[in-house]
Amino acid sequence: MTLGHWDVTPKDLFLNRRRFLAAAGAGAGLGLAGFSPARAAADLTPTPKDAVTSYNNFYEFGTDKEDPARNAGSLTLSPWSVEVGGLVERPGTYALADLLTGLTVEERIYRFRCVEAWAMVVPWNGVPLAAVLEKVGIAKGARYVAFETLYRPEEMPGQASPILDWPYREGLRLDEAQHPLTLLATGLYGESLPPQNGAPLRLVVPWKYGFKSIKSIVRITLTADQPPTTWNQMAPEEYGFYANVNPAVDHPRWSQASERVVGSGLFGGRQDTLPFNGYETEVAGLYAGMDLRQNY
Amino acid sequence: MPGMDRLNSVLRRVPAWPIYAIAAAYAAWRFWLAVTGQLGPDPVDRLTADSGTLALQMLIAGLTISVLRKTIGLNLLRYRRAIGLTAFFFAAAHFLVWLLLDLALRWDQILADLSKRPFVMIGMAALLLLLPLALTSNNMSLRRLGALRWRQLHWLTYPAVLLAALHHLIGVKVVTAAPVAYLAATVLLLVARPALMRRRS
Ligand code: HEM
Repeated sequence: MTLGHWDVTPKDLFLNRRRFLAAAGAGAGLGLAGFSPARAAADLTPTPKDAVTSYNNFYEFGTDKEDPARNAGSLTLSPWSVEVGGLVERPGTYALADLLTGLTVEERIYRFRCVEAWAMVVPWNGVPLAAVLEKVGIAKGARYVAFETLYRPEEMPGQASPILDWPYREGLRLDEAQHPLTLLATGLYGESLPPQNGAPLRLVVPWKYGFKSIKSIVRITLTADQPPTTWNQMAPEEYGFYANVNPAVDHPRWSQASERVVGSGLFGGRQDTLPFNGYETEVAGLYAGMDLRQNY
Repeated sequence: MPGMDRLNSVLRRVPAWPIYAIAAAYAAWRFWLAVTGQLGPDPVDRLTADSGTLALQMLIAGLTISVLRKTIGLNLLRYRRAIGLTAFFFAAAHFLVWLLLDLALRWDQILADLSKRPFVMIGMAALLLLLPLALTSNNMSLRRLGALRWRQLHWLTYPAVLLAALHHLIGVKVVTAAPVAYLAATVLLLVARPALMRRRS
């Protein structure tokens, strides 16, 4: 069991830090022009923790929202290693702790928007994916990053049925992967990730639909070509490779113009969905000149 | 079958009204749980799924009644009206949850869904087919229409249940056993009924 500093930060300190983050000015922190996780977090109220940890889509543990919390407890989280390969300078099988040593775990309060038109706000803890990629070294010719979830049917009962083509796969373009908002999360609410939320290591790409944020990662591969991704393979006309949150482009079976706020109660109603889930200023530049209706 | 005769004569003394009472109490109880935050973090989703599933189950239960009578001689005909009306009650509740709580009267989105999305349109068609059946499920309508026309009108049940089962199947994100089983059961019952009728005549 490895302890990150998020494990030992006292709650009040953690909360103070959040307030500090919220108060910090634009551009502070990472020293990146035009980007501030702090600003992104300023007006967000986190969804209650019990909702974040009891309402999950993680089909490896069943298709009902309650199934992951019910069935993921038996997942063996330690030892955990990640096989890093493809177009990287230092390929190999990294123990999770080795992959993360030297990197600072940060807190990021992000909007989370599921393709099913519900939304949450989650205080994640994690490291920028860019920092991990830098650590393993991006080799020449790499243009995409592919991820794979653990395949272990003994512990993941959902994998017994062929509802999806296991193991679950996702991918990002390299510039998306290197974007400062893109996080490899190891925790939420200042504690280690619960298994139902994708322990011990998951991706969080806050401007994309939730299914891009792959859980329980065991493989990271840098590639020259766009990697196949699970939902896109299953229903290409419904789930694109990009899957950027976009209120103007509907899912064929439901509208993406608005979203239900999880935790807001029976009469919570809906709120408008924002382009790129509210991160338009930070990420729209990645897609300059692209037709986002074609590349949904 | 003397056993079945005895069962049928016992059933003749069991009234149908508890079906209405149980359905109403169940709906009130679920709604209360949802209002008080006891249905989990997304009560709207839970109520939609619960009401839709119950409506479909009751519709299918309604279809089994004539088949049960023809095959094993079990006579549940006197419960068919209560079962059908209860199915309509849950289908209407399902629709109202969608309209008032899920889409929360966002009319532009409601109209877009109703005009563009096959799974919603099919569900709506099922509900609209059930509406005249619910309105005529009373003795006065039966007398007014006459038995033959009333029965012809109520043949609408069959396309309605088929559409409802189809709505469920194409509404899901991944195909699991339940929607396939409901559709298979519906098709089986729809095929079994005329086959059994023919055999008798
Ligand atoms: C006879 C009428 C209907 C029946 C029997 C029915 C049945 C069902 C069933 C069984 C489900 C799946 C529940 C689950 O997730 O387990 C469902 C889902 C749903 N139905 Fe219906 N339905 C009917 C009419 C309608 C109508 C009229 C609408 C709206 C206009 C509607 C909207 C929906 C929606 C939005 C879902 C949720 C889909 C999702 O996001 O998973 N249904 N319905």
